[in-house]
Amino acid sequence: MIEVKGVSKRFGSTQVLTDISAVFKPGMINQVIGKSGSGKSVLAKCIVGLHVPEEGEVLYDGRSFHHLEKDEKRQVRQEIGMLFQGSALFDSLTVIENVMFPLRMFGVMEPGAMRERAELCLQRVSIEPEKNKLFPSEISGGMQKRVGIARAIAMQPKYLLCDEPNSGLDPQTSIVIDQLIAELTEEYGITTIVITHDMNSVMETGDNIIFIHEGRKHWQGGREELLHTDNPELSAFVYASGLMKRVKKAMGG
Amino acid sequence: MRVLFHIGRYFQLMGEVFGRPERLGVYWRRIIEEIDLLGVKSLGIVAMLSAFMGAVIALQTKSNINSPLISDTLVGFATRQSTILEFSHTIIALILAGKVGSTVAAEIGSMRVKEQIDALDIMGVNSAGYLILPKVIAAVLIFPFLIIMSMFLSVFGGYLIVAATGIISTSAYQTGIRMDFMPFSITYALIKTEVFAFIITTVSGYHGYYTQGGTREVGISSTTAVVYSIVAIIISNFVLTKLLLA
Repeated sequence: MIEVKGVSKRFGSTQVLTDISAVFKPGMINQVIGKSGSGKSVLAKCIVGLHVPEEGEVLYDGRSFHHLEKDEKRQVRQEIGMLFQGSALFDSLTVIENVMFPLRMFGVMEPGAMRERAELCLQRVSIEPEKNKLFPSEISGGMQKRVGIARAIAMQPKYLLCDEPNSGLDPQTSIVIDQLIAELTEEYGITTIVITHDMNSVMETGDNIIFIHEGRKHWQGGREELLHTDNPELSAFVYASGLMKRVKKAMGG
Repeated sequence: MRVLFHIGRYFQLMGEVFGRPERLGVYWRRIIEEIDLLGVKSLGIVAMLSAFMGAVIALQTKSNINSPLISDTLVGFATRQSTILEFSHTIIALILAGKVGSTVAAEIGSMRVKEQIDALDIMGVNSAGYLILPKVIAAVLIFPFLIIMSMFLSVFGGYLIVAATGIISTSAYQTGIRMDFMPFSITYALIKTEVFAFIITTVSGYHGYYTQGGTREVGISSTTAVVYSIVAIIISNFVLTKLLLA
């Protein structure tokens, strides 16, 4: 479980996050939604420790991340898998080397076992074995995302963070990625946080949804409640597209 | 104040670069790759530049000898001395600051803007150490070989121009390059080379590591890295010359 308690973050004189508190439970898809520039990605970076909040704390199963010693932080980080918006695969490494990278860095396995584990992870995300020797620039964006997921789960993480996993993908591939994240979350009982502004993704997989607006938490609930919200900012966000407006109309709204 | 901020952050980064590595085996492989990228791939430019440098020194020296009382052996002597004491390591270091420095800053800067450094940090990898340390070690190991090669080729370039133009006899040139040789001058050149290798890789690594923004900023970081490396090389060249020779 990841718990965010009263997190505030500012850059210079700009207050980006104000007093955000939330609990992200294991085995379900926790989504942080909001408009571009609302502070979602900054919150994700505060959670994984890339940004240090001015106030508040982030607890990983009770361990206050920003108060841990350097070695303890490193230990917690090895329990986190992260999927980046742009995949962040290492250009100079092949697909399989990218997945093997964290295993190799921390020497958790023998070389043969490492390769087997990487192959298993790639198989799990439906990457054909003949793609293993290709470089990231030689595969499609959707495939890069899947390799990114394989790398994120290679170390069998307890926590998985996905920063806009659907950005730049077509609707069909987006659904494949969403379903894959949902399956892995359930399969391994991971605490998963997905940062997104994609309503399809929210309606498809969101179990616990947190809405951030202008750096503040405005709402929290499930996807059913989301459709019947009376929060004006959230309603404007959810029903921004023509499709969602038609859904609202069909629901008698 | 801005300069002090950069100096402070540079030393802070160095603390991380020389921190405990996760796995030496992985670093060793990266050092080998970097030796190839930073050293072996620079052989061509270093060789060409050195040969022409020696040839120009020989021509310049001869054209400036007006007195019949000055022996032709001075051409070989001056070529060797200027090459070993100054030109080989300093000029080649300036060239490598451009070639290697821009490569290092651009590579690390691109990794920063593509969130690859964030990925390393989140995995719990010491990203500064993983990215910069192998480059520093590789440069410190390979640059002395480049400079020694440069010294030979520079002196040889002088010989070739003497032989081709006949401005002096080749035997006078050969006598000149053997005259009053002090082995310490090689040690002196190699000490400076090691310092320059360290400066080029760490200053460029620093600028790449703290790149913010997109591809435009990667270009800016790359240029800044080269400029700061050159300034640092020139200043340290003066300080080291004063310390080692004066």
